[in-house]
Amino acid sequence: MAAQNLQSVPAELTQEADAAGQAHFDRIIAEDSRIEPRDWMPAAYRKTLLRQVSQHAHSEIIGMQPEANWISRAPSLKRKAILMAKVQDEAGHGLYLYSAAETLGQSRDKMMDDLIAGKARYSSIFNYPALTWADMGAIGWLVDGAAICNQVPLCRASYGPYGRAMVRICKEESFHQRQGFEILLELSNGTPAQKQMAQDAVNRWYAPALMMFGPPDDDSPNSKQSMAWNIKRFSNDELRSRFVGMMVEQVRVLGLTLPDDQVRFNEDTKKWEHGPLDWHEFQEILAGRGPCNAQRLERRRAAHDDGAWVREAAAAYADKQRAKQQAKESMKTKEHAA
Amino acid sequence: MSTPETSTHESTGHGDISTGMAGGDSNASATRITPGNALRPEDIALEVKTGLVKPSGDVAEYALRLGDDALILEQRLGHWISRAPELEEDIALGNIALDQLGHARSFLTYAGAGMPKEDGTATSEDELAYFRREHEFRSVQLFEQPNGDFAATIARQFVVSYYQYELYRRLTESTDSTLAAIAAKAVKEVDYHRDHSSQWVLRLAGGTEESRKRMIHGLRLMWPYVNELFQDDDLTQRLAEAGAAVAPSSLRGDFDRLVTAVLSEAELEVPDVPAAPGGGRYGKHSEHLGYILAEMQVLAREHPGASW
Repeated sequence: MAAQNLQSVPAELTQEADAAGQAHFDRIIAEDSRIEPRDWMPAAYRKTLLRQVSQHAHSEIIGMQPEANWISRAPSLKRKAILMAKVQDEAGHGLYLYSAAETLGQSRDKMMDDLIAGKARYSSIFNYPALTWADMGAIGWLVDGAAICNQVPLCRASYGPYGRAMVRICKEESFHQRQGFEILLELSNGTPAQKQMAQDAVNRWYAPALMMFGPPDDDSPNSKQSMAWNIKRFSNDELRSRFVGMMVEQVRVLGLTLPDDQVRFNEDTKKWEHGPLDWHEFQEILAGRGPCNAQRLERRRAAHDDGAWVREAAAAYADKQRAKQQAKESMKTKEHAA
Repeated sequence: MSTPETSTHESTGHGDISTGMAGGDSNASATRITPGNALRPEDIALEVKTGLVKPSGDVAEYALRLGDDALILEQRLGHWISRAPELEEDIALGNIALDQLGHARSFLTYAGAGMPKEDGTATSEDELAYFRREHEFRSVQLFEQPNGDFAATIARQFVVSYYQYELYRRLTESTDSTLAAIAAKAVKEVDYHRDHSSQWVLRLAGGTEESRKRMIHGLRLMWPYVNELFQDDDLTQRLAEAGAAVAPSSLRGDFDRLVTAVLSEAELEVPDVPAAPGGGRYGKHSEHLGYILAEMQVLAREHPGASW
């Protein structure tokens, strides 16, 4: 809309408006204040944010699947209630984030179409299978834990709607992480079979969780610009190192181990270090060749297609109701006139 | 959107176990994020454990029936999460499933208190849910009917929510304070389920030709199992006379009136289909329940005695 309006004014005026807009934008970023939807913003800023926020929304929606996989088999009613509430939260996060992305000028329908067409990305982590109940613990503890490390700084992201959505999301995510920890703790203190299930899940999710922070800093082309725009606050490696430090402490309380004998605190750099990660696997999954890529997209597509008639019905019904209402009002107006 | 109103009924119930008079660790849970005095199954479990409440055999059997209804329904509804036609419906159906699961847990916990094990301790909600066999379940057959398409699920929800609303509304007056307290919480939630289902009946019936056809079909699929909801037997008769329970047949009039009002607003007829004989209250189930339980119980049964 905004772009169309600008096109209809003479070029020199547009340039003037752009210059004023850029100055305003630069001032806001320099003050570490917030850009709001109606503010002028550079096209590249808008594009970067739209990509990031919509990918984040897609991750929430696709991320429902591995956990929904265990709702029907949850081993106690209390655990089932917690898991259901958690997956429901994720749908809610998807909704806030799609709404935040819409303020940048793209409709939810378009974003959903792009996701289903395989044109949009979502977090690679959700292309791993959730094979046992302990995966519900490991996903909560490691995956949501990594997500929190990533997302808490995003509460201060320079784009207002995104930062505000993240505040609420982070509150719920920290609850999710605690419930994951609790699942693992219970399993670790349970029968030998349960403890083994917990360790196996931690072994499988540890490295993929570390890769959630994105490629190493020297191989992350977009990071620098995002940090300059106050969207991203800390580098991928910085966040990954912090996360490892937290997990080292917590895994002891769990009575489990991390599948990485190279974890250590580097006294010189004051940073936590970890063993090498399989970035080839990461790239393969991003390229669509992960264990569950096809399955996840097909499930989303099926739900979307199977629901098309319902959405059409709701829209048709709303139209009819609106027409009825309008007819009523015009009758009233006529009566008044008479 | 108009949802037909029933009489405005103060559904506070008389049972006041919701305020946690047993105290103890029920208020100390780290994961308890909902403040206030909402009744939780853990509160009931605590009262059972400390001997504050103990249902009679009849009341326990009755609670088991209502608990099984809600349990089987939430298992069905939970399947929609991540598969619904719209994200808003993932959330709505998930919410309804969670409500039903909450009711199931409360009823089953209470039922288990009247069904002691050999060592004299109460049977837990999980023992009832995961370690009973098909013929030991007491749910009526409507609840185990397959989700089908969205219209079939809505049709089942439509019948269930109007039935449960009338039931819980009256059960808040039960002489059994625990049943009354569970119903007092449940009726508020089921009122929302009624709103949700009736709005969808109107939308689907009045939407497109396709949606109308599917809505009509969904109602025809579910209607054979409506009669069973309202069948009295010796147990409900004894309990109703004592004021502890509601005679199912006494709900039929209001149910018919309210359901017909929505259907006629949607320009639909009450389906004219033969009724199935039912028998769920005595362990006679359709072919569907076995599959539901196979899935629901598989992990718990792999690790008997484990805690989660």
